Amino acid sequence: MNFANLLRIALRALNNNKMRGFLTMLGIIIGVASVITMLAIGQGSKRSIRAQIAEMGSNMIMIHPGADRRGGVRLDASAMQSLKLEDYKAIVNETRYVSACSPSVSSSGQVIFGANNYPTSVYGVIRDYLDIRKYTVMKGDVFSEQDIVTSAKVCLVGKTIVDNLFTNGEEPVGKIIRFNKIPFLIVGVLTPKGYNTMGMDQDDLILAPYTTIQKRVLAITHLQSIFCSALTEELTEEAQEEITGILRRNHKLKETAEDDFNIRSQQELSTMMNSTTDMMTMLLACIAGISLLVGGIGIMNIMYVSVTERTREIGLRMSIGAKGRDILAQFLIEAILISVTGGILGVILGMGAAWCVKIVVGWPVYIQLYSVILSFVVCTVTGIFFGWYPAQKASNLDPIEAIRYE
Amino acid sequence: MNAIIELKDIKRDFQVGTETVHALRGISFVIRSGEFVTIMGTSGSGKSTLLNLLGCLDTPTSGEYRLDGISVRQMGKNERAELRNHKIGFIFQSYNLLPKTTSIENVELPLMYNSGISARQREAKAIAALEAVGLKNRLYHKSNQMSGGQQQRVAIARALVNDPVLILADEATGNLDTRTSFEILVLLQELHAKGRTIVFVTHNPELADYSSRTIVLKDGRVVQDTTNQCIASARETLEKLPVAED
Repeated sequence: MNFANLLRIALRALNNNKMRGFLTMLGIIIGVASVITMLAIGQGSKRSIRAQIAEMGSNMIMIHPGADRRGGVRLDASAMQSLKLEDYKAIVNETRYVSACSPSVSSSGQVIFGANNYPTSVYGVIRDYLDIRKYTVMKGDVFSEQDIVTSAKVCLVGKTIVDNLFTNGEEPVGKIIRFNKIPFLIVGVLTPKGYNTMGMDQDDLILAPYTTIQKRVLAITHLQSIFCSALTEELTEEAQEEITGILRRNHKLKETAEDDFNIRSQQELSTMMNSTTDMMTMLLACIAGISLLVGGIGIMNIMYVSVTERTREIGLRMSIGAKGRDILAQFLIEAILISVTGGILGVILGMGAAWCVKIVVGWPVYIQLYSVILSFVVCTVTGIFFGWYPAQKASNLDPIEAIRYE
Repeated sequence: MNAIIELKDIKRDFQVGTETVHALRGISFVIRSGEFVTIMGTSGSGKSTLLNLLGCLDTPTSGEYRLDGISVRQMGKNERAELRNHKIGFIFQSYNLLPKTTSIENVELPLMYNSGISARQREAKAIAALEAVGLKNRLYHKSNQMSGGQQQRVAIARALVNDPVLILADEATGNLDTRTSFEILVLLQELHAKGRTIVFVTHNPELADYSSRTIVLKDGRVVQDTTNQCIASARETLEKLPVAED
């Protein structure tokens, strides 16, 4: 008995029952399609989060004062004054793994232009901040070194500020806006970045020289935070360690003392985000996997019933010379053909559904080759697994009884 | 002429619950090549059991059965399946054609289980067999589109296609009206005339006149084994039958 003949026999048998074959397939089609779609949605959101983190600066390192304990009372990070300009200078001068570094102070309040006002935050930084946070200037220019030295009242504004203050479409560059009664000359407008993963508007900000904010707005001498960029994303950890060393030395901390500052990187954020989306993807895949399982049971069910229904046919085949293993092979091939065809259709349907999700709902989707291969392999295995029992039953029939079965 | 079937003190017991049923109680006969044998008996006489044994679907409890010189008694399931495939052509009462399947595919079926035959040979043999039963113009008709007589002809073609040494017919005319029955008998007689060995199992005594030998079973034993000196012609009987009005 050669395989070509068995395949032909199975195909002819399936051809006789197209409707039943299709209905059986439906379970597999839906199962595979949902696996593909779910994994595509999961992968899509994972990728889009990664892309957004990269946009925020995947090698960014943030240093905040913190973990200070005075008489057992933990203080609010912003109330602490442990970060100084010296720390920033030390980082700039001594580190090998940091490409850009900027001090940062910030204040929030109403910004006013003419009759319009808008609540926002103003960040006191230097030019490097734009590189670290991946901001670019769309119009005008960044404030100069000279502006920082002289604590000039100049600023860069984000698109949201422009939209809210210059409602008549005036040209913002060259205009003077007031923040906490202090007039700031707009020297440039930032290229819009949109919302980030956490739903924060990345264009709702004003950037000014840190010296200006320190002296004229906040009247402080310490820094609220320091932003750095590691040379590459991979070197983030080394850079963090290096900065920790420098700051501990600068702050004259003992071996046993806790850090009085707090270093965080985007990598931690991305790890967290990844684990969240991975979990979501797993969950979706599990649900889809269950529907694939149900589809497989559908195959078993139909094949099982069809063995009873086709008892005479099996008896005939046996009496004209089919061996038990020929019958087994025929039923197994039928089950596999159903599941593989269902798998192919399911992959196509799943891709279509993923595409629909992308177009209609606007969710990011991404179909990975492995998810296609995986569901294909799974449904073939499903076919073999669930086809085996009915096929076994068919092959064990007694031809004498089967041929006379009514 | 060489013996196709040699039965020597065949016994077949069945275990039904705690009781043993003796379906065949010692049967011996020889059927030679070219014979057309009718095996008759009432229900319970053991003819179905004998048919199963002759068709290598079953093995005897004791005794020796040789089909075309091959001892069947010690054979396993798979060996017997192969033997059936090569040596025997079955014709059943209820045709047992595959539903919704063309004549040619039905006739090809035994050859599908014979890996020694190519697709082209298979088709040629199937066409030849259908031609032999007068269905040359029904090659691609599906089984459910044909009359009972035509379906049985397809079944006969299927029995012929592997060129068997023995054709086993089990009540082959049982489901057909008188006229169609005789048409089938004519066909079987033609095959007999061409030298085929046919064993026809029936409970209808009238049909015995058309075969060359009659074996009658009763309670698992052969009670009569006669050679028919003047074989009635099925064609003549058929011509005498009133023509059915369409």
